[in-house]
Amino acid sequence: MNRRTWRKVVNGVMLGLTGLCALATVSVLFFILGYLVYNGGRSLNWAFFTQLPKPVGEVGGGMANAIVGSAKLLLVASLAGIPMGFMGGVYLAEFGGRAFPFLVRYTADLLNGVPSIVMGIFAYTVVVLPMHHFSALAGGLALGAMLIPIVLRSTEEFLRAVPQTLREGALALGANKWQAISSVVVPAAFRGIATGMLLSLARVAGETAPLLFTSFGNSFWSSGFNEPTASLPVVIYTYALSAYDDWHRQAWAAGLVLLAVVLAANIGARMILSRKMSSARG
Amino acid sequence: MAGSTLFLDNARPGRPTPPGAAGRVRSWMRRLASGDEIAHLITLIFAAGIFLVTLLLVYELYRNSVLPRHKFGWAFFVTSVWDPVFENFGALPYIYGTVVTSAVALLIAVPLGVGAAIFLAELAPPRISDALTFVIELLAAVPSVIFGLIGIFILVPFVRSSVEPFLKSSLGFLPLFQGPMYGVGFLAAGLVLAIMIVPFILSVSREVLLAVPVEQREAALALGATRWEATWKVVVPYARTGILGSVFLALARALGETMAVTMVIGNDPKISSSLFAPGYSIAAVIANEFAEAPGALYRQSLIEMGLVLFILTFILNGLARLLILATTGRGTEHA
Amino acid sequence: MKTLTASVRGLAAIAAMVLLGLCFSPQPSSPAPAAPANRLQINAAGATFPYPIYSKWFDEYHKVHPNIEINYQSIGSGGGIQQLKAGTVDFGASDMPLNDEMLSQFAFKLIHFPTVLGAVMPTYNIPGVIQELKFTPQALAGIYLGKITKWNDPAITGPNPSVNLPGNDIMVVHRSDGSGTTFVWTDYLSKVSPDWKRTVGSNTSVRWPVGLGGKGNEGVSGIVKEIPNSIGYVELIYAVQNHLPYGEVQNSSGRFIKASLATVTAAAAGAATEMQHDVRISITNARGQDAYPICSFTYLLIPTKISDPAKRQAITEFLHWMLADGQNMVEALDYGRLPKPVVTIEMKAISQID
Repeated sequence: MNRRTWRKVVNGVMLGLTGLCALATVSVLFFILGYLVYNGGRSLNWAFFTQLPKPVGEVGGGMANAIVGSAKLLLVASLAGIPMGFMGGVYLAEFGGRAFPFLVRYTADLLNGVPSIVMGIFAYTVVVLPMHHFSALAGGLALGAMLIPIVLRSTEEFLRAVPQTLREGALALGANKWQAISSVVVPAAFRGIATGMLLSLARVAGETAPLLFTSFGNSFWSSGFNEPTASLPVVIYTYALSAYDDWHRQAWAAGLVLLAVVLAANIGARMILSRKMSSARG
Repeated sequence: MAGSTLFLDNARPGRPTPPGAAGRVRSWMRRLASGDEIAHLITLIFAAGIFLVTLLLVYELYRNSVLPRHKFGWAFFVTSVWDPVFENFGALPYIYGTVVTSAVALLIAVPLGVGAAIFLAELAPPRISDALTFVIELLAAVPSVIFGLIGIFILVPFVRSSVEPFLKSSLGFLPLFQGPMYGVGFLAAGLVLAIMIVPFILSVSREVLLAVPVEQREAALALGATRWEATWKVVVPYARTGILGSVFLALARALGETMAVTMVIGNDPKISSSLFAPGYSIAAVIANEFAEAPGALYRQSLIEMGLVLFILTFILNGLARLLILATTGRGTEHA
Repeated sequence: MKTLTASVRGLAAIAAMVLLGLCFSPQPSSPAPAAPANRLQINAAGATFPYPIYSKWFDEYHKVHPNIEINYQSIGSGGGIQQLKAGTVDFGASDMPLNDEMLSQFAFKLIHFPTVLGAVMPTYNIPGVIQELKFTPQALAGIYLGKITKWNDPAITGPNPSVNLPGNDIMVVHRSDGSGTTFVWTDYLSKVSPDWKRTVGSNTSVRWPVGLGGKGNEGVSGIVKEIPNSIGYVELIYAVQNHLPYGEVQNSSGRFIKASLATVTAAAAGAATEMQHDVRISITNARGQDAYPICSFTYLLIPTKISDPAKRQAITEFLHWMLADGQNMVEALDYGRLPKPVVTIEMKAISQID
């Protein structure tokens, strides 16, 4: 009897503890959000989005160039990373043989695990040094290389989720294999694939380490893609480590903007996905 | 979208074959015109491109770290001198810092993550479980520079004023918790890393737990086990390898994490037994010194450490995937 | 035909996704505000020590010449030297003059242009201590060698009898990046402490016996501000702008001197004649009753050959402006002006750029 109560107590305590673990983990996100809103929200103003940074130590200014710079970097990254990841995913899901697809998947996993700082070294030696320029191109390519494996995996997975019957139906109607793929299979999986791309962009949007010595920084606008370019994450990093209260304030504001964008993309993507799933179920 | 326009070009049926071509070529061209071969080829080229990019990455790292390999050899990994003035470089303090911070992170994150995963997989009603998992996946999406921001302004002062004095007064007899309390250091870096890797441990562990057959639970419950006993003695052991896989995955992540660690670790290449002391990690020293390292030997020493980091994460990722695969058993095609 | 439209639609949707990625930011990638047609961006990187005045100059110069943008990134003197060598920036900036051996590693020739005088000072954050501390050279070297570990060490309390110093551990803060400030600091410590010279030496980054590293002058002042009982070394303006207390340092004639425009200028007083031959001189621990001992010129490193004529013209014009109008702005930011003879030397040197 005693032992039985003991077991019951252990049961209750341990289960309670696991609940606590879950609660603690979940609350971290709200904690972070709360601090960013509290510290950053006060500092968000029109100037933040429209002005260039002021000289060091002077109060005011904004990071319009960093916001646009981040968008530019993402554009380069998408152009470089998405086609390769997408086409590679199509290959793995639809054409793959035996040995080579294994190799591709394996290297994609490898690429996915590469620490982002190492990606920065890579882009520095391959793009910055030969071109003799820090540039949006170099930073964008570093981010693009990080996109490839994520897009590849999600494309492959969503293509595989398309029912075999759809493919067979298309083939039975006299379509070629590629016609079946491009007109039936890919469109069927399209929403998922696109969402995967959006998620991958959201992930690299916040990357700092690969940009430190590739896109570098710029206190003015950068034109084109061949000049050093300011980006939100790098600016947050430099401002946060500075000793100026006004820069701290702006770092919080930039952090809030960055996090809001990343979370919005994530939430949006998941909503699209879940709607798709429920419609598939229903 | 270069690849896609190619698709379009070949959508026009019945392209004329060039006159005078040999028959064999003509039949191959016909197959090309039908599109299958060309689509196959194009996607194959892109897939091969991924392979080539990775190969190039490894080659570049290797090629650009020849000098320290020649000069220091294996001693590079066991020397703790980092002296830019006299050009002596040893990676040990950085390796030490990387390992210690990751270990601290795992010590905190594994119980937390697995505990929460048990709750979400075994106890919480599906609706709540899904909602919480969603929030946790959002946590995984928070950029690391934001963890760094929170780290220096919120966590470090808290560690300095509360956590470290508490540890010093209660566990100060251990060499781990002695010495001056800076706030920044191994402990702060480990804590930030722990928060960052919990979502990975959690979401993978949860999936692994959910993959455990229902019969396993039911059998244990039918034998009179409590809910906890069924979970701890039957379900968790069943999912053990998968959970271990999630830990490796998280470890790989922690080893390569750069920004958040750089911002709170204190940036001092010292090997000290105290967790309060400032340290340095491989990724952090690359972030701080790569752009400014004067001299080829210096820069290449940093690249060699990048290569080490790459190899480490490569091994850990491989192990993790094998282990997760072994438990979820989703077949080899998703390897 | 139907398949065609389907794939077109699919592709259009993918393109839309890419664009969506662009619209990520609250402000979509609107083109930068219309810049003058002959807009020219010049990239430079290097020292953080003069960063406040440089960013002021480049901002002011941009106002006078709206088509010229000089993008200066303060990544540290070591970084400035390295990136100039790698050819990734148009010019560099360093507090450490390059010696002949370092110059020989460059594929091209370059000229040192001293820009301003600065001082590095010990700054500290000791709860309860609001007085200015006096530091002897021995105390500073001892602290940074890790031999003096408590704030109430006799070497520190000796010159400060009226200050009630706590027995707390000293938190030593230094630069984590390759830095000219570090060079000036270690150059000074090498001159006053044989021990330091033998075991550590002077450079933009050294093997620190103790302490934790902060990135940039901003980083060090940030850490000192955040951590109680810490000591760091920063450029004068960083201490002033951040309201950090900074100490007096004993100079070569035995007097305790507080860093200020006057005492920094006094340290450079004897330098002008020597600079006739070579501008690359060290003025730490300078002679003179009123000379503050930890001072330095800081330099722009300009290649003698600039192949792009527009850039060449912009850079030489900026140098002229910097030596004239630019010098009028330096004192407001607590830097010392260049002595007149030095300005004359530099004006001549500009003509060597082609």
